[in-house]
Amino acid sequence: MSETKPLGGKIFTRPFKILMIFGLIAVFFILKRYFFGIGSVSNLNDGYPWGMWIVYDVVTGTAIACGGYAMAMLVYIFNKGHYHPLVRSALMAGMFGYTLAGVSIYVDTGRWWNLQNIFLPGTANPNSIMFEVAVCVALYVAVMWIEFSPTFFEGKAQHEGKLKILNKVMFFFIGLGVLLPTLHQSSLGSLMIIAGQKVSPLWQTDWLPFLYLMTALTMGYAIVVFESLFSSIGLKRPMETSMLSKLAGVIPKLLIVYFIFRFGDLIYRGALGHILAFDLKSIMFILENLLYIYPLVILFSATKRKSPKYLFLSAVSMLLAGALYRFNTYLIGFNPGNGYNYFPAFSEIMITVGIIAIEIMAYLLFVKRLPVLPEVKHA
Amino acid sequence: MNLQRRDFFKVLSAGVVTATTSRTAFARPTKTMPPESVGLLYDATLCIGCKACEVGCKTRNNKPSVHSEIEEHFNVNGTWDDARDLDSATMNKIKVYKNGTAAVKDQEIDGFSFVKRACMHCYDPDCQSACPTSALQKNPVTGIVTWDRDACCGCRYCQIACQYLIPKFEYHKALPSLVKCEMCHHILETGGITGCAEYCPTGATIFGKAKDLLAEAHKRLNLKNGERYDFPVRTVNAKDKKSRPVGKYVNYIYGEKEGGGAQYIMLSAVPFEKLGLPKMPERSGAARSETLQHTLYTGFIGPIVLLGAMVTAAYRSVKKHQSDE
Repeated sequence: MSETKPLGGKIFTRPFKILMIFGLIAVFFILKRYFFGIGSVSNLNDGYPWGMWIVYDVVTGTAIACGGYAMAMLVYIFNKGHYHPLVRSALMAGMFGYTLAGVSIYVDTGRWWNLQNIFLPGTANPNSIMFEVAVCVALYVAVMWIEFSPTFFEGKAQHEGKLKILNKVMFFFIGLGVLLPTLHQSSLGSLMIIAGQKVSPLWQTDWLPFLYLMTALTMGYAIVVFESLFSSIGLKRPMETSMLSKLAGVIPKLLIVYFIFRFGDLIYRGALGHILAFDLKSIMFILENLLYIYPLVILFSATKRKSPKYLFLSAVSMLLAGALYRFNTYLIGFNPGNGYNYFPAFSEIMITVGIIAIEIMAYLLFVKRLPVLPEVKHA
Repeated sequence: MNLQRRDFFKVLSAGVVTATTSRTAFARPTKTMPPESVGLLYDATLCIGCKACEVGCKTRNNKPSVHSEIEEHFNVNGTWDDARDLDSATMNKIKVYKNGTAAVKDQEIDGFSFVKRACMHCYDPDCQSACPTSALQKNPVTGIVTWDRDACCGCRYCQIACQYLIPKFEYHKALPSLVKCEMCHHILETGGITGCAEYCPTGATIFGKAKDLLAEAHKRLNLKNGERYDFPVRTVNAKDKKSRPVGKYVNYIYGEKEGGGAQYIMLSAVPFEKLGLPKMPERSGAARSETLQHTLYTGFIGPIVLLGAMVTAAYRSVKKHQSDE
């Protein structure tokens, strides 16, 4: 694959050093958590056992990391080869997103030394949605590293043989790499079905798996647009606007399907009335849907789609919409009753911020040293 | 290219059709009472709020008492257990409902009532269905829902799933445990009864076979308010009985149908929602969640078909890409 090239350049730039500080702060709080318990760094409690870490790092973070999945589906399943230059960086961002989601599980689970029990035949519980999520996410992390591995070997004569073998079997991992996120991104929605009445009728539905899958895909395309524009500006490279505007055209189509099912379900369950309650939940519901409508309207217009500014704004709006949808289902629309409440603690937020910082650092390191981004003359 | 896309949609729609039409085939019904299971009956009209059951629970399970401000002030220990609610040191809790002047016991308006909260030991526990490591198990004979410390990974999905907010977690320990009522199964094994029923002086909490307790509860609902009845103390078949006028029950047994039914059932003169107990559908969350999951995943047929389609499509386009180069 001759079309990608390492960027080169200095690693320890100023932004990189600032990111390192955030990473170190997170490491400090993570150490504190291992010595003094989850409660010493977070506001998690018996009513709100899942907070910032699960809802951002895992549920939202992996949806944002769906760029690689969404691109692979487009390029390899629907055979849209011309998007190929965007695949590798999308895959890499996804790989970091998922890997760190996996790492953050070790911070969040209280008895992490027993985590392997999820996979062992004696203890695994296939009836648990969590089992499905864990198996698929773990497999997908491995699959993504395999899909990405040619990047380490390309252009090195001594690795020619390995590269040949990898390219021969790659189609299987690509296929598996499209299947696994389809399964677990929908399961991340199914997880909350058993929470029953704790989740507001605005979000609680048997359609959660389908709605989560649709929004994971749209977020996947949005992050590819976002990341490409952002790295063009940040790394001073020409923009891939024409390709991005075509890609962004997929988003409104998927969103229309999403809206039909989302509101069809609300009407069918007679839950529409909750929208007009104008309490926190209803306001958040309205905000969530406005954030969905913005990219739907903007990206529908072929002229606006060609403007980098509108592309960028709709990608951001799309990502915020999907993120808020997830926070709404898991936290804002979640009420265990009995007077419990939750807002993330400073140290809890800093752990998440630090994990994001480490993700960006890894991204910068890789694009500068490995052939990830498309070569400029082709772009 | 178009042909391929059509193929893909054919396979996908076949999958969707199988999944949706076979819904009934994979339906997972709500589970019912294990016939020989044991349980507890709590009668709020007999409860005097002495909290002896809390002491019994903590004594039998070696749980520390939660110290109150009064205790700290007088520098005493273990006199007044002051947990405000169920927590990671408190598996059984007497709570109080008060209204208006709170003058009369067992009265909704201007009255008060006690309620004893602990694990319901559901026939079809949501926590067990949720647990990815099979740490939460329902004993097939006794029906007691237990926790296995060697299996639990501390993901706390059980806390998300339980509508009664029963599983509690030690958030402030480096090596935390999950804490929930396991119906003193370690004492039952030696022929004893639960700490709460053993310590209850009035017969408000009694232990027994779940079906006997249900029969006893139905019997009490059929008694006339004010007539005298010999209430058994400690166990449902006890010879030790206390004669008392029958209270003015709400005609409902809480726990008989909630989430498919539970082995801990309650009677009260004050409506149960006033006592802070959730209104629950008769279908368990476990049944709802597992029906969906089994529909999508039984035999892994759907995923395998989908995998085949994905791998085939990827193979074709990788080949095409390579020949283009």
